[in-house]
Amino acid sequence: MHMADALLSPAVGATMWAGSLAALGYASKKLKETIDNKTIPLMGVMGAFIFAAQMINFTIPGTGSSGHLGGGMILAIMLGPYAAFLVLASVLTVQALFFADGGLLALGCNIWNLGIYPCFLAYPLIYKPIAGKGTSTRRLSIAAIVSALIALQLGAFSVVLETLLSGKSELPLDTFLLLMQPIHLAIGLVEGFVTAGIISYVQSARPEFLESNITSRPHAAGTPVKNILIVFAIITVITGGALSWFASTHPDGLEWSIEKITRKGELAQQTQGIAAALRKVQEKTAFLPDYNFPSTSPAAGKDGKPASWPQIEPGTSVAGIVGSAIVLGLIMLIGFGIKTFKKRQS
Amino acid sequence: MAFDEQYYNIGYLDRLSYADTFVHRLDPRIKLITSLLFLFTVISFPKYEVAALFPFFLFPAILLTAGEIPLWFIVKKVAIVSPFAIFIGIFNPLLDTAPVAVLPALTVAAGWFSFASILLKFILTVSTALLLIATTSFPTVCHALRQLGMPSLFVSQLLFLYRYIFVLAEETMRIVRARDMRSFGRKGTDVKVFVRIMGVLFLRTVERAERIYFAMLARGFQGDMPTGKHYSIATRDMIFAGSVVVCLFVFRFYPVSEILGRFFQELFL
Amino acid sequence: MSHHIVDFRNVFFRYPDSTEALRDVSFRITHGEAVGIIGGNGAGKSTLLLHLNGHLLPTSGIVTIGDLHLTGKTRQEIRKKVGIVFQNPDDQLFMPTVYDDVAFGPRNLGMEEEDVRQRVHDALNLVNSFALRDKPPHHLSCGQKSAVAIATVMAMEPDILAMDEPAANLDPKSRRLLINLLTTFSHSRIIASHDLDLILDVCSRCIVIREGTVAADGPAREILSDRKLLEENNLELPLSLQRY
Repeated sequence: MHMADALLSPAVGATMWAGSLAALGYASKKLKETIDNKTIPLMGVMGAFIFAAQMINFTIPGTGSSGHLGGGMILAIMLGPYAAFLVLASVLTVQALFFADGGLLALGCNIWNLGIYPCFLAYPLIYKPIAGKGTSTRRLSIAAIVSALIALQLGAFSVVLETLLSGKSELPLDTFLLLMQPIHLAIGLVEGFVTAGIISYVQSARPEFLESNITSRPHAAGTPVKNILIVFAIITVITGGALSWFASTHPDGLEWSIEKITRKGELAQQTQGIAAALRKVQEKTAFLPDYNFPSTSPAAGKDGKPASWPQIEPGTSVAGIVGSAIVLGLIMLIGFGIKTFKKRQS
Repeated sequence: MAFDEQYYNIGYLDRLSYADTFVHRLDPRIKLITSLLFLFTVISFPKYEVAALFPFFLFPAILLTAGEIPLWFIVKKVAIVSPFAIFIGIFNPLLDTAPVAVLPALTVAAGWFSFASILLKFILTVSTALLLIATTSFPTVCHALRQLGMPSLFVSQLLFLYRYIFVLAEETMRIVRARDMRSFGRKGTDVKVFVRIMGVLFLRTVERAERIYFAMLARGFQGDMPTGKHYSIATRDMIFAGSVVVCLFVFRFYPVSEILGRFFQELFL
Repeated sequence: MSHHIVDFRNVFFRYPDSTEALRDVSFRITHGEAVGIIGGNGAGKSTLLLHLNGHLLPTSGIVTIGDLHLTGKTRQEIRKKVGIVFQNPDDQLFMPTVYDDVAFGPRNLGMEEEDVRQRVHDALNLVNSFALRDKPPHHLSCGQKSAVAIATVMAMEPDILAMDEPAANLDPKSRRLLINLLTTFSHSRIIASHDLDLILDVCSRCIVIREGTVAADGPAREILSDRKLLEENNLELPLSLQRY
């Protein structure tokens, strides 16, 4: 359920990055104030633990398919929300780099979807109240299962929203939800079960570890967490709002920012000229001129535009296909050239 | 993917990143920022754009060849990576069926264009991310992040994680092998066994953290993770960054494939 | 230089779960001595080592390192004098590259980066591992890891070097290299190990620990050839002495 770069629009990607970066900065600041030095290596190896755990497959009961651990809840319970969030973000970063799971731009989304919900929502608002003081194994288990389930549902829901807002997929909301939520209900149940299992194992084998970690945590109370959520929500709404405003008034965000940069200073007139010429070239040569194929599918037709299909000369698209082939050929040639050059050097 | 295979895959990628080539020697900040710019430019294309994406393969192609990364490895990784994007994208041709004439005699659903666009963006973004880490050792990436202003606690977390991924993965691999050796097909791989394995691994991890803490204290640790490395940007870094930015700009705003295609058509057809 | 002494006076230690790990331990190690600590599993060797730089504080009794009594206040100072190399190099090497790991201690001492570089250079050269400086620890062999682990401690320039099973997991050649290395040091060395041949090669003196007490203390060759004493302590004659 990792969000992928290819499905993202720049506005959504940047918004989620802004939210996640704000959360990272906040969590680091908070953690620095309260951290016990002993926690620093513990966080490090816990990240490696989650990373290793995610590499083990197991059979999901009744389905025969295999799943793996997400780890958000177990980290939040063992390390507290701030440390857990940093650990989870680091695990996702390493996965984005080493497994290309998701991607670097989607990393902001993934940190949000898989980190914020378990650490800052499910843990303080669901796990803590149910688990109470944390002595009865049964309550701990129920708390773990319920909170893992809800965190995953929220995460899956966010994936749906992010994909739809990016507008690269044609899936209508209801179908998409039907596709995602039930799968994550099953995954969430297993996640909760595994989380509960690990907690009760630790409770029986090293009760002092759980106790010391739960009592030594000064930020277990609900209020500061609510504040954080409000702050994150505001940051996200503001950046999201601003970006989508840019996106709507300047259909091409990148073009807009470049224009804005180049408009400054004395060169304005000149660059304006270049930009204009550029646009002319683009208009003349563009393959599929307006880019935006108004869709005829009922779900995507919400934007209300009439389905006026651009008339394309078949010749244009031939140029596109031929050109693409030439470009690929050239790139392969360049690559081959560098390779032979390297070989000759060594 | 089996555990061993995943583990050796990271290990291989990690080893590649310690090679010494022009690309490996570039300032990590420059590589990180240009890669992000690249990704951003690629995904900024509207959803039906296909032809204009092809020139962007130049960037991964140069990283790949100049960085001496084997092509088959990247191709394999891209092919097996999480199929989420493809899974979601494949619905486009089914749902977006407006006909588009491609050739005089060929009409296809518009959804195929957006699907092809997703697919190309997917290949471009995934291969670039992989090539970034294959040509930049992870500790270097972390130093770059710190110099770019990421919270130091997060960066030291990343460094710790990197250090112990390999240690813990090996420990886990031994446990998983022991499980598989005695589980004869399905039985041992169910969730209950998994939970018990995780419990054991968890406690071992906690104990390891305590031993590491002792080792840190023995060397004067008092809460701060010290760093010393600072990178400075050389001329070649600026040249690299400059040419990437120019290429990105040109590829983004001039339909290079299109222009070349027309040129070719006028010459030969 | 009499201030490089290690002195245990009637040291008792009880773990929080009330296991008595040390009971009335007394000994004195003087400058430049190489002392082997031997004993069966659970005899208290590791607990004893953890007292050397204050990871554990005695429940009662006095530990003196140099001219400092070990207390919660002095332990930071004492950690600069005593370097401990722990058994598992993967726990000892926690930084992402060899260089950063060896530099960790000197940087914590607040040294200038220039001096840090010199320390790292010297320490790695001492264990013949300078070429490994830019590698991440997981690219090293076991032998290389244990050499680097020693360098990380030597970079702190300690007066006293304590080691817990330094040769565990090493192949015979790496083990031999380690033994040769240890014999070249002039520091006070305290080595806890089951590898009695290593103790015999490196140490001049040997202390046998049993159930938290000192069961024997004397010249290494004498103790390590006392079959009865060794077998009482779940040990056996070193292989090199078994032939005679």
